[in-house]
Amino acid sequence: MILILLILIPFLTGILSFSTKGDGPKMLALVSTMLSLGVAGYVSGNAFSSAISFSQPWIPTLGTQFSLLADGMSSMLCLLTAIVMMVVMIVNVNKDVEKPGAFYGLMLLSQAGLMGVFLASDALLFYVFWELALIPVYFLCSKWGGEKRIPVTFKFFIYTFVGSLMMLAGLIYLSLQTPGLTSYSWADIARAGAALPADKQIWLFCLIFIAFAIKMPMFPFHTWQPDTYEQSPTPVTIILSALMVKMGLYAVLRWLLPVLPAGVAYWSDTVILLSVIGIVYSSCIAMMQTDIKRLIAYSSIAHMGLMCAAAFTHSYVGMHGIMLQMFNHGINITGMWVIVSMIENRWGTRDMTKLGGMATVTPKMAIALVVISLASIALPLTNGFVGEFMMFNGLLRSDSAGHIAILAVAGLGVILGAVYTLNMVQKTAYGTAPSGAAVAKDLSVNEYLGLAIIISLVIFLGVYPKPLLDLTSGISALLVH
Amino acid sequence: MNSIIATTVFGIIMMFASVLVSDKKSVAALATVLFAALLGVNIYDLNTITANAPQALYNNMLHIEHYSVWFNTLMTGATLLYILLMGREIQKVGAHAAEYFALIFFILCGVYLLSTYNNMLMLFIGIEILSIPQYILAGSDKRNLKSSEASLKYFLMGAFSTGILLMGITLLYGASRTFNIMEMVSVLHSDSLNPLALAGIIFIMIALSFKVSAAPMHMWTPDVYDGSPTAFTAFMATIVKAAAFFAFIRLFQSSFSNLSTHWMTVLAIITAATLLVGNVTAVFQQSVKRMLAYSSIAQAGFMLFAVLAVNTADASRGIIVYAVAYSVATIGMFSVLVKLKDYTYDGFNGLAQKQPLLAFVTTLFLFSLAGIPLTGGFMAKYYVLLAAVEQGQLMWLVIFGLLMAAISVYYYFRVIIAMYFKTGTPEMNSPVSSFDKFLLVLTCLIVLALGIFPQLLLNILVA
Repeated sequence: MILILLILIPFLTGILSFSTKGDGPKMLALVSTMLSLGVAGYVSGNAFSSAISFSQPWIPTLGTQFSLLADGMSSMLCLLTAIVMMVVMIVNVNKDVEKPGAFYGLMLLSQAGLMGVFLASDALLFYVFWELALIPVYFLCSKWGGEKRIPVTFKFFIYTFVGSLMMLAGLIYLSLQTPGLTSYSWADIARAGAALPADKQIWLFCLIFIAFAIKMPMFPFHTWQPDTYEQSPTPVTIILSALMVKMGLYAVLRWLLPVLPAGVAYWSDTVILLSVIGIVYSSCIAMMQTDIKRLIAYSSIAHMGLMCAAAFTHSYVGMHGIMLQMFNHGINITGMWVIVSMIENRWGTRDMTKLGGMATVTPKMAIALVVISLASIALPLTNGFVGEFMMFNGLLRSDSAGHIAILAVAGLGVILGAVYTLNMVQKTAYGTAPSGAAVAKDLSVNEYLGLAIIISLVIFLGVYPKPLLDLTSGISALLVH
Repeated sequence: MNSIIATTVFGIIMMFASVLVSDKKSVAALATVLFAALLGVNIYDLNTITANAPQALYNNMLHIEHYSVWFNTLMTGATLLYILLMGREIQKVGAHAAEYFALIFFILCGVYLLSTYNNMLMLFIGIEILSIPQYILAGSDKRNLKSSEASLKYFLMGAFSTGILLMGITLLYGASRTFNIMEMVSVLHSDSLNPLALAGIIFIMIALSFKVSAAPMHMWTPDVYDGSPTAFTAFMATIVKAAAFFAFIRLFQSSFSNLSTHWMTVLAIITAATLLVGNVTAVFQQSVKRMLAYSSIAQAGFMLFAVLAVNTADASRGIIVYAVAYSVATIGMFSVLVKLKDYTYDGFNGLAQKQPLLAFVTTLFLFSLAGIPLTGGFMAKYYVLLAAVEQGQLMWLVIFGLLMAAISVYYYFRVIIAMYFKTGTPEMNSPVSSFDKFLLVLTCLIVLALGIFPQLLLNILVA
């Protein structure tokens, strides 16, 4: 019953938010996300010992149930969602948007959708939430985004919609393979999928994976991503990059690896190859960017590429590393975007050639930027290091010589990551301040609080990742065997 | 089947009302009451005919199953909704409001025959009863050249297709020596099929494809739907089309299901062509009304999945869910459209600022048409695709259909973009009364209820 609260709290407050005015929606959203965080914390606490589940009949004739399950992976991602949403609400307390009621309402509705995706243990329910998470984001980007928002968001929507429909076809097919009546429960789908002959699994993999590849996004399905990130208002960019891309990876781990093992075995080399191409390609493009938002967008493709490659190497350490990295990447990139939006608000530009001298004008902000950047290039003792180390470890354990070669190339990606991230830090935080910089104020109380949460998580999980590792060890072992 | 008699009598009452009642408002009120009464008669019929005891009527000309009556009830309910939402617009079309209502009653008579026929002749008569009043309705805006063109075009093409249907029936009679569709099953065998019968089946398929506007027999649809008064387009594109589909399925799921190897490929190609033509052409339209005409072709493509999925239980469920979900959303969409002066996409610009409720309900109707989860349209698409996947050999068509569904998002969402993200002052034909708003919200709730609890529609079939 507690699980349904994770979806209901943001859903109901989201609906309520539409009818509030002035500062009401902001405060409502803040309270709502705090409540969600409390519930998510409780659920994660429980998930250490045993998974919580909830089930209600929904459409019995179709064999679909309203069933939710919070094991280690799901509860971790719910926790991430709750933390990220709360940080977003905290740093936005002193900012004004047009039509706040609708804005915060849609934000909360997308949170409800995301929670649903991470919790659903019924394939049709999963599909429904998968779409529902997307629709509020579509409206958010199209209404509050940048100049080119309408065509860009439209492309994003249609792109992901095509993917989801392909997935739906695959899921329908799988549900009909279950013994007896059709069933969409995770266990039945996984059993039916694994029992299928290899040739069927191979084409089903294509149908289902395309949805996830578009969402992650994996090279060459990534073309919607930089434009959408750039055009979205920053709070929405955070939802997209910290949370929605995790939907893709989570779905691979939950609905693909255990469901179609033979298909995964057949395609894994291709997927790893594409991921590595994506890492190098997007790192190279990131180096050429002067717009910070686009730079981070491309760096996100590289980070997700590494996680995706590790997901297909079938090693326990690697899998465990992905779990950790899903969480950490979400935290780090949220910190990045928060700082980018502060820069944009204060100096009115995201072009790093026109920025500089943050360290003298706004020292606290510069420190936060440096810490988060170091975490994002995986410096030891930051949270980014642990996950990345484990994923490389996983790749290294593979027997295939090809994987070792790939490891080398992916390692190059990490070096390139350091190049463009540090370059960005150097150009924005150091050097001479642009004219008019003296006006810029340092962090306000709420921004300070938001960044403090992020940075303490960065350091804490970098030094002591054990809680997260314990939370996800069970599911990682399950996914590898 | 009291409803067949009732709808005829009500139609005649409306014809007398055109002479006896001079006030347009009282005519509309009378019509609304009669449609509600017709719904009552259908519900009464539903209770008399149980699932296990179908009834044969008029020397076995009609064979009344429980699910046929349920379909009739749903379609009558949809008609009532249509009358409530569009009643005022129907009065505005011309001087003869009472006659329009009478014609709609007669069309419903055709609907009832098409859902229960057991004899090829009744199929023919049903289709004619369904079509002829439509020719008149299409041309009811007499001073508008486009309306007259629509009527003439519809009539000529309709007459042509009727000829083909009759030819098909004749050929089949020649091969099987019966008009009875149940007896036909035992006479026609798949492995020794008379070429005469095969030709007959293909002819009938073509004629019915014409009625449901499947490509390449769809050419009349955009012009007729665009030219007819919007109030009547809403009716033609929904209930009439659904009834034609029900007739299609009734024939191909029973009499011809054993022969499916012979016609499956042809119909699969027709389906693919319909999906392609409907969706791709809709993308290029500038008028929302014309876009909806092409979208109705596209939606017909999805309904054809249910015809293709022979011998699966989900096919008949699918067509019922699809018919209701599609009809309700489309009627809702047209009832918003009819309130606007400008039917182009630009006419919708800025509707969200001026009429937030109207924009919101339109968004939901479009979501339903596009098949977004939690709306009826999703469940409808889901059921027909489930049936098609179940059938086994049509996976390619399912994937193709889904790609086309993704295209449909493009043209449906253009309306949403215009309403929410563009600025403008949409001009309204008529003020939106609070009763209209209530009805539109009610329609929205139906759309959502169908999407969340589709079993509401289907449980009654199991019982």
